[in-house]
Amino acid sequence: MARMKFLCDADRCIECNACVTACKNENEVPWGINRRRVVTINDGTPGERSVSMACMHCTDAPCAAVCPVNCFYTTADAVVLHSKDLCIGCGYCFYACPFGAPQYPRVGNFGSRGKMDKCTYCTGGPEADGSPIQYEKYGANRLAQGKLPMCAEMCSTKSLLAGDGDIIAQIYKDRVAKRGYGSGAWGWQTAYRETIAS
Amino acid sequence: MAMLCARIRLVLTAVAFLVCAAAAPVAAQQPTSVDPNAAAVKEQQLLQQFYRIQGLGTIPDTKSYVIEQPMGRTWRLFHQVWLRWIGVIVILGVIALLALFYFTRGRIRIEGGRSGRTILRFNSFERFTHWVSTVAFVILGFTGLNITFGRVLLLPLIGPDAFSRWSIMAKYAHNYSSFPYVIGIVVLFLLWVKENIPTAVDVRWFKEGGGMVGHKHPPAWKFNAGQKLLFWLVMLGTLGVVASGCFLLFPFYLTNIFGMQIAQVLHALIAVAFVGVIIMHLYIGTLGMEGGSDAMGNGEVDLNWAKQHHSLWVEQELGQGRSATLPAGAKTTPAA
Repeated sequence: MARMKFLCDADRCIECNACVTACKNENEVPWGINRRRVVTINDGTPGERSVSMACMHCTDAPCAAVCPVNCFYTTADAVVLHSKDLCIGCGYCFYACPFGAPQYPRVGNFGSRGKMDKCTYCTGGPEADGSPIQYEKYGANRLAQGKLPMCAEMCSTKSLLAGDGDIIAQIYKDRVAKRGYGSGAWGWQTAYRETIAS
Repeated sequence: MAMLCARIRLVLTAVAFLVCAAAAPVAAQQPTSVDPNAAAVKEQQLLQQFYRIQGLGTIPDTKSYVIEQPMGRTWRLFHQVWLRWIGVIVILGVIALLALFYFTRGRIRIEGGRSGRTILRFNSFERFTHWVSTVAFVILGFTGLNITFGRVLLLPLIGPDAFSRWSIMAKYAHNYSSFPYVIGIVVLFLLWVKENIPTAVDVRWFKEGGGMVGHKHPPAWKFNAGQKLLFWLVMLGTLGVVASGCFLLFPFYLTNIFGMQIAQVLHALIAVAFVGVIIMHLYIGTLGMEGGSDAMGNGEVDLNWAKQHHSLWVEQELGQGRSATLPAGAKTTPAA
C-alpha cells in the first residue's frame, strides 16, 4: 500500500483556484464549505507565493488524537478519514489541525456547527465504497476507482501533486534540480515530520 | 536643423548600443544565475517569525486564510497529556486529601448533640437559587469531564455509537446549562456578597484553623472565613469559566485560532480547579460535618450547630427577635 500525500509546489501555483472548484464539483461540497483553498502570502509583493491547502492527511494526525469521540481513522493508504455518524461537532479538530482543514456546515454558536466535513483525499468515508450514501455524506471515492484526487488531477501547472509520498517527493526533487530552485514542500515538516531537500 | 537631429539620433543610437552591450553578459547568464525564488517567502522563515502562516484568500471564510499553524500540535499536547494529568491529579488528589482528613479528623460533630431547636439559615429563595446553580454545575462538570476523559473511560464501556449519542447530548447540555448556572451565581452573589466581605473576625478564624484543625470554635457571622473564601473562589472561578466559555460558545467572533486555543486551555484549567474546590465544598456540607446539610435542605439548622459554627450570627439573629423554632410537638413555653 502506498503512503498517500499532497505536495504543493508553491513556485508553480498560479492561484487559479481550479483545485478549489474541482473539489467542490467532484464532491458536491455544500455551500460555505471549502475542503481546499488557495491562499496567497505577501500578496502583491515580488516575493508572493500561493499555496493550495487542504487536509494533509498527517502522520499521527492531531485531529484524530484530540477527537473526544474518536471518530477518525486512517486507511491502509494512510488517508485520514472520519465518521460523520460519530462526529459531535465540538470543533476540537479545528483547534488541533495545523492546516485549518476541518470545516463545519454552520458557524457554530452554542455548539451548533453540525457534522465536520473535510478533504477525504477523494476516498469517501466508512460506508461501502461507491455507495450513494457514501457519496452523499463524504463525496467521491476516486481512490477506489484507481484515480487520484480531483484537485491534483485538474491542476493546470501540476503545482499540486497527489500520490504516493515517495513518488511525488522524487518528482519535486527532479524539478528543483532541473530549474535550480524550490521553496520546499509546504507543510511537510508539520504534517509528516520530513522535508524534501531542495 | 536636420543636421542637429541626425547628430542627436546618432548619439542616442550609440548610447542605446552601449547599454545593450553592457547588459548582454547578464542576459547570457540568466538561465543559471537568476533565482526567482530569492525574494520569495520561505515557509520556515515565516513559521519562525509568526508561528503561523497567513495570507489572503478568495473565499469569505477569513479563518481559512491561515494555512499553517503548528501550534495546533502544542494544543494537542495540552489537551491529550497535560490536561489529563492535571485533571487526574487535582480531582483524585482532592478526594484523597478529603479521605485522609475524614479518617484522621473524622466527622465534625455537633458538640453536645442536637438541641432539637432550629433556626432559619437560608430562606426558600436562597436555597432554590443555590440548587439551580448546584444542578447546573453538576451537569456542567460531568459533561465537561466527558469531553476530556469520556473517550478513555466511557467509550470502551458503551461503544462508539452510544458514546457519540451521549456526547452530543452532553455537549448541548453543557452549552445550555451554563445559562441557569450563571443566573444562579449572579443572584447568589447579590444575595450573599454583603455577608462575605472579609472582616477582622476572619483572621482569627484562620489562625484557629477554622475549627477543622483542632477543636476550637472561632466565632463567625453568617459566613465564616472558609465560606467567604469559597464564595470568592466560586465568583472568580465563574468569571473565569464564563469569560473563556463565551469565546468557545461563539467561536471566532472575537478572536483567531490562537485565541480559541488559549480560551480552551484557560476554560479547562479553571474548570478543573473549580471542580476540585466544589468537591471540598460538597464534602464539608454533607459527610464532613454533622448538621451542615440542613442549611440547604429545609434551611433550618440546629441551634447548637449554629452556636458552634456561627456564634456571632446566632447572637445577632436572636437579638433581633427572631427566635429559634421549636421541634414539632414541643410545648409552647420555651425552656428557661
